[in-house]
Amino acid sequence: MNDTDAIKDVLLRHGNDGTRLMQILRETQEALGWLSPTTLTAIAKGVGWPRAKVEGTAGFYSFFHTQPMGKYRVLWSDNITDRMLGSQDLMQAMCKKLWLEPGHVSEDGLVSVDTTSCTGMCDQGPAVLVNYRAIPHMTLERVEQMAELIRNETPITAWPADWFAIEDNIRRADVMLACVMLPGDALKVSLARGAEAAVEMASNERSWREAVHSADPGPGITLDEIKKSGLRGRGGAGFTTGLKWEACRNAPGQTRYVICNADEGEPGTFKDRVLLTRQPDLVFEGMTIAAYVIGASRGYLYLRGEYRYLLDPLNALLASRRAQGLLGTNILGRAGFDFDIEVHLGAGAYICGEESALIESLEGKRGVPRNRPPYPVTHGFLNQPTVVNNVETFAAAAMIAGRGGDWYRSFGTAKSSGTKILSISGDCERPGIYEYPFGVSVRQVLEECGAKNVQAVQISGPSGICVGPKEFGRCIAFEDIPTAGSFMIFDQSRDIFEVVRNFIHFFAHESCGFCTPCRVGTTLLKNLMDKIAAGHGTQYDLKEIHQLNSVMQVSAHCGLGHTACNPLVHTLEKFRPTYERRLKSLDFEPAFDLDGALSHSRQMTGRDDAGAHLSNEPETAAEKA
Amino acid sequence: MMNDTFNIDGQEVPFTPGQTVMQAALNAGVFIPHLCYHPEFHPHGSCKLCTVKVNGRPATSCTLPAAVGMEVESNTPEILDKRRVLLQMLLVEGNHFCPSCEKSGNCKLQALGYEMEVFTPHFNQFYPDRPVDASHPEVLLDFNRCILCELCIRASAEVDGKNVFALSGRGITKHLIVNAESGKLADTNFALTDKAAQVCPVGVILEKRQGFVVPIGQRHYDAAPISAHVAEFKPTAASQGERS
Amino acid sequence: MNAPEKPAKLKVATCSLAGCFGCHMSFLDIDERLLTLLELVEFDRSPITDIKHVGANGPCDIGIIEGGVCNAENVHVLREFRANCKILIALGACAVNGGLPAQRNHLDLRNILEAVYATDTGLASGTQVPNDKELPLTLNKVYPIHEVVKIDYFVPGCPPSGDAIWKFLTDLVAGHTPHLGHGLIHYD
Repeated sequence: MNDTDAIKDVLLRHGNDGTRLMQILRETQEALGWLSPTTLTAIAKGVGWPRAKVEGTAGFYSFFHTQPMGKYRVLWSDNITDRMLGSQDLMQAMCKKLWLEPGHVSEDGLVSVDTTSCTGMCDQGPAVLVNYRAIPHMTLERVEQMAELIRNETPITAWPADWFAIEDNIRRADVMLACVMLPGDALKVSLARGAEAAVEMASNERSWREAVHSADPGPGITLDEIKKSGLRGRGGAGFTTGLKWEACRNAPGQTRYVICNADEGEPGTFKDRVLLTRQPDLVFEGMTIAAYVIGASRGYLYLRGEYRYLLDPLNALLASRRAQGLLGTNILGRAGFDFDIEVHLGAGAYICGEESALIESLEGKRGVPRNRPPYPVTHGFLNQPTVVNNVETFAAAAMIAGRGGDWYRSFGTAKSSGTKILSISGDCERPGIYEYPFGVSVRQVLEECGAKNVQAVQISGPSGICVGPKEFGRCIAFEDIPTAGSFMIFDQSRDIFEVVRNFIHFFAHESCGFCTPCRVGTTLLKNLMDKIAAGHGTQYDLKEIHQLNSVMQVSAHCGLGHTACNPLVHTLEKFRPTYERRLKSLDFEPAFDLDGALSHSRQMTGRDDAGAHLSNEPETAAEKA
Repeated sequence: MMNDTFNIDGQEVPFTPGQTVMQAALNAGVFIPHLCYHPEFHPHGSCKLCTVKVNGRPATSCTLPAAVGMEVESNTPEILDKRRVLLQMLLVEGNHFCPSCEKSGNCKLQALGYEMEVFTPHFNQFYPDRPVDASHPEVLLDFNRCILCELCIRASAEVDGKNVFALSGRGITKHLIVNAESGKLADTNFALTDKAAQVCPVGVILEKRQGFVVPIGQRHYDAAPISAHVAEFKPTAASQGERS
Repeated sequence: MNAPEKPAKLKVATCSLAGCFGCHMSFLDIDERLLTLLELVEFDRSPITDIKHVGANGPCDIGIIEGGVCNAENVHVLREFRANCKILIALGACAVNGGLPAQRNHLDLRNILEAVYATDTGLASGTQVPNDKELPLTLNKVYPIHEVVKIDYFVPGCPPSGDAIWKFLTDLVAGHTPHLGHGLIHYD
């Protein structure tokens, strides 16, 4: 099939709908290898959008390339946990074997190798994505074998199947992971609850006329269970789910949407991956319950591009649910209860985990967070009332709908009901998935996953909090240490400064660029950390970090900008010596290597005498003479 | 009702429902620094120069709907300090070399720097390698000066109906692109008469053969600082209420 | 009763690094106010005196530096100023943000040197990039002076006017945080 036909094919499959641009670009790139200028023109024509708008979307996401990137693109997950497992050395070894520089395409255009943000395989790293297919457990041996396969241009479909096996590593299951509700159970209970209430209402109504015409009380009663349960969002923000669903239900409008946020981009978080592997029915059930409550007929699961391997299994499950009458029209025989779900893939942008940026992406646009107010519950997808919730939140909602809000309240703490799934990685014997009731102490978690000599734990990822041993008595709960689930452990051998530097590089890479403080601020912070790492840091630079933090906290547009400074500020407070031992004793140092800055002149003049060099240290009087 | 007011730096400012804090303030002659705001367009909220404190909490005044009883702090030393830093960030991000810039004296970024006494860019200059597009017969695009305010994008889309400009890239690599496969302005339907040709607050979109025609001393911000020009920034009806 | 002692004059040093000396010329635009200034300051290294190294006769109170840093010699002079002056002032656009010389920063220095000394028209055959040891080597990029040493004050302008310089210095000498109002502060 030639390029033009391939593009037409993709466009047709998506109804020439510009809001589906993310899927159109992805499928076109899969077919043609890259998104050339003529390809973008053709797509723009097909969807009827200005070409520049299409190019703008293509240029935003890390996984879309508007330059040829080779037949094989190997992306090394660059979370600090991958590095701790030796990913940098392995990547270098691969580059050597393939005769290329990281970040570049090989001379023959065959392959490119680069890093990418955390791919969510932290318990089985170092991990790579090869043409966006996940391969965990990389070793030197596997690097060599992979290089061979690439040089021989063996299609990826013919690569060893066991390479692509992703482990679940469930170490501690609790009510959610061990949940054995069957598909449809929670829905049936909800509908039954509603029917019961309708009967009760009818028998209490003065006139049968009023009872017959009254609205189905089911959604309201289900909502009550959600509210009773005290369920709070599991994606990090912790907003009360019942209130969110209620606000959406009451919002004026005809069409409503349910969106499941499966973008899971916070480094160290991989619990949604496992939920979508082991309890996907529960998640879809939760979305359907939400649709029932708010009156939505369409739902989307926004799945991060790094989890592309889950697309087919999830679509197969959706088909199965449709066949069972759990999705589609007249769900479980209830007239008018119409709801269906589509899975849409992201394309490598952490910011799309922010709910309004996610919605923008679902509409085919760049993932830039919106101005709020208004909020998605009133003006969300296509400006309609929309509920956006995390994977784990929907799964919890399904359990609550099936077993009741009071049941859910019986776990956890007074302010944080239910359980929390933690994804644990880093220095411990048993990395993986652990589900605990809220209120569990950090110390207990560390004991049970086999962590020893712990120096620090980063909870809820780079945008979360770094705790040291003095704080291990604290609890995982909204009232103490809230978390979306990321739990990265660093033992005494680790360099906390390098951990933080890895985090700030992540934020600078992932900033959407909309607002001045985050776009420029994250790069300034990255440069400062690199400066200190290179041995040129002084107290002046530490002061600069604090000043940037105060500006970004006040004026950034969204949570990324607000929390980007957290790792630096927390560790400056709790691990100050790890910075100070890198500082020079002077109170100011240039940010650049002075001797290195003479490299071009030395090259062009062929000089290497004393006058052709500079030192970063000011000269002594003796040297000047 | 025009009786609704909020307080900004001790002054009561009236507002109509749907107006943002900035729109109401500018309407009342109270200057709030801004770069991505335009009297004729809906609020954008990207430059963050207009950051204020409302009832003690930070907010972007150009997107925040005004409400009765709000206590807004704008001209406090703390907030002015933050705004200065934001200006410095912009000054190091691009290549803002005023001595040879055609927009000097008429430039909002420069005028705000003067208004707020920004003596130095403070941070280390990025010196990015940015292109100049001289393809169009009448208009030059010098991207060295782009501050990513998106006014040209909005003007071209909402007023001219042409969609000549858009953004690509992410984060610090974010940059302006034009609506042509070649990437050149000459291959778009851009015209000097477009609204988009008039809204650039800095020296990116320049009419050719018009550089330096106005003598120093008679340029827009020569006689008085930008805050004295506050009447020019009064919001029009088109910019208020719900976006269509 | 003894006559009150005259306060000791402040020692001021100046130099131009990668500058055109235009800021120094502008400084002289204070015209006859220079005489008033000379009652309060004396000059150490500067174009007016013939002192080669700042601080040779003891530490200076104020160092005024025009021009950015474009070669190794600029670095040495700038460091000498930092070591021997209590306060350093960056004078003019070049010192403040690199100015005109920094317009080469987006280009590769090697290409520039090659073009100028090897491939441009009109060169005698065999011309090469000058490499005498007496010549300071050029830095890959031009830097504002505050990126090389800590600078205390900045006076922008290309050049800042005589009035701006006068206002700035008199504020500073009087112990006030310098303030340049509309008309005195400019970047062009």
